[in-house]
Amino acid sequence: MTLIVQLTLVSVVPLLIVALGGLMSEKSGVTNIALEGLMLLGAFVGIWVIRELQNATNPLPMQFIYFIGIVVGGIVGGLFAMTHAVAAIKFNADQIISATALNLFAPAFAIYTARSIQGAQQIRFAAAFRIEKVPLLGDIPLIGELFFQKTYLSFFLAIGILAFIWILLYKTKAGLRIRAVGENPQAADAQGINIYKVRYLSVMASGILAGIGGVIFVVTTSASFDATVAGMGFLAIAVLIFGNWHPGRILLSAIVFGFFRTVASAYSSVDFLRNLNLPREFYQMTPFVITLIVLAITSKNSRAPKALGEIYEMGKR
Amino acid sequence: MKQNEQHLKPTFLDKTLQVLKATFNVMKPSLIAIGVGLLFGFIIMLIFNASGAFPGLIRLLTGGLGSGTKVLGDILLHAAPVILTGLALVVAFKTGLFNIGASGQMIVAGYAAVHIGVLWNIPGPLHWIVALLAGIIAGAIWGAIPGILKALTNTNEVVSSIMLNYIGTYLVVYLVKQNVYNASTAKSLNIQPSAELPGFGTLFGNSKVNIGIFIAIGVAILIHYIFKKTTFGYELKASGFNKDASRYAGMNAKRNIILSMLISGAIVGLGGAILYLVNGTNLGTTYDLLPEGFDGISVALLGLTEPIGAIFAGTFLSYIKQGGFYMQVNGFPQQIIDIIIAVIVYTTSISVAIQLFFKHLKEKRLLKKETSLENLKGGSDK
Repeated sequence: MTLIVQLTLVSVVPLLIVALGGLMSEKSGVTNIALEGLMLLGAFVGIWVIRELQNATNPLPMQFIYFIGIVVGGIVGGLFAMTHAVAAIKFNADQIISATALNLFAPAFAIYTARSIQGAQQIRFAAAFRIEKVPLLGDIPLIGELFFQKTYLSFFLAIGILAFIWILLYKTKAGLRIRAVGENPQAADAQGINIYKVRYLSVMASGILAGIGGVIFVVTTSASFDATVAGMGFLAIAVLIFGNWHPGRILLSAIVFGFFRTVASAYSSVDFLRNLNLPREFYQMTPFVITLIVLAITSKNSRAPKALGEIYEMGKR
Repeated sequence: MKQNEQHLKPTFLDKTLQVLKATFNVMKPSLIAIGVGLLFGFIIMLIFNASGAFPGLIRLLTGGLGSGTKVLGDILLHAAPVILTGLALVVAFKTGLFNIGASGQMIVAGYAAVHIGVLWNIPGPLHWIVALLAGIIAGAIWGAIPGILKALTNTNEVVSSIMLNYIGTYLVVYLVKQNVYNASTAKSLNIQPSAELPGFGTLFGNSKVNIGIFIAIGVAILIHYIFKKTTFGYELKASGFNKDASRYAGMNAKRNIILSMLISGAIVGLGGAILYLVNGTNLGTTYDLLPEGFDGISVALLGLTEPIGAIFAGTFLSYIKQGGFYMQVNGFPQQIIDIIIAVIVYTTSISVAIQLFFKHLKEKRLLKKETSLENLKGGSDK
């Protein structure tokens, strides 16, 4: 049981962060199906930096290296997202197409660069970032065992990001503006809000979070980066929609989806699930099937931002 | 008489020039996109290997054409499924839909074809025909699901197609492992010879090229005809152009959405079957999405969302991919092609803005010329 919770958290954290990234972009009215590509490129550069720092003659403390990797991933994701933002906001591009271009670019670039520089596409690093036990908090019965043992720095980061975005969107003026721009840009414009600026910043924030999520996903689930984030970016879109564009419900849906992902990879070590005798693919498929069904049922009264994916023309009414 | 002839000749030349100019104007956005893509690719090559970049680019563009007719055959072989996915995207685009689910439709169709190709015993040419049909049906079903959801519950077809990509991929891995698994290669078993598409590789230095390319061109012409000459095609376009107006004109918008996605899926399915009904092409058991499914997007965009354009765009894509393959000799990973394609897709997405930019530049230059001319005049007046 404890093991399942700990393993689930490993999947939940990147899903939550990336889905919140998607939320930032979509709340401002820009669809972002480029999350996968943003994660991937962020992870690529972030992991590369982590490996270089680990191989240094006097390596820094591991947690510090992890933190630097996360920051680098965020910066790369944010910058990369600007290409989507420029296309979608300035050049009135079809947002699905420009995002698809990003998704195509990221893996190709990662493989090309890695092979050109080091000959192989895999980037190996030492997976030594797990915190076995947080002092004091780890001693609390049950809660300590579930959340403060065998955990990662990123878990606490995710909580911080969730709280920050929730407050930002629903308790601050800036959040009100973002939501206004996504719901009714014309009205927001009439109020003197700079639509373009709000959208640029929101898409950039989305890229930053996706890049961070990419680094976290790779670091916490593997010991090498192989130019893929295994569809986590698309799963995050599913989390976002299942979460009905609200931070609280996104947390819940990230937990649901993370659980299924965990079960898919770890079901053979749980007696009850192994005895069900279901194939591994069944568990992998389930989150996507659920999303499809939920989409079909709820699309008529979905709470998606009203101006989502629409090009903003100043004179339009 | 002689005078008349002399009078006629230049007009003929003019006409050809006019046609050429018109074709060039139509193709301009695609040519710009290709140019930008190649330029970007070249810059990346320069960064990593400055001395080898230029020979590499030449190798990429000549596509190893020097290496004999086999390459030509391979280009046609790989072009067929790419053209078909491009066509499928064209059909959806024309109806105002985005079929990003080609990857899932293709793998499901590929499985249906391989399943019949491996397990069923049907004599002679019937075998591959049945396998091809199974692929079409599987693709049509997988494509129709987002269409039905869109028509009935207004579900965004992009998101539901993405979900179906993953569902299809996992489902096929499961089915392959269950039914047609070859444990030593971790892939699907080889199909029976009778299920292979008839080839004519002997003409092309023993390439595996088969009738797929003719099927693809035939489908392209058929789609062109449907959209240009039939009421049904007109209705599809109309509901893509303005949903409300077409409904007002008495067209069944919901039916059109479902049919468009179903046809789109069927065409992808045909492509998927053609892709896998070749000896030596097997279904894998990794959980990665089939990359061929995303080629259709670039083909449809480069082909200006026209069926005939898709033939050329698909062949071009296959051509530079082949070039990328041979470029590895020069020490460049072939992913440079995917980078170039990504940049091409990105550029076409902003091509309207780019064209406006060039027009603006031209106008500015003209304006500058005029003002400088005026200044000159003003100067001479003084």
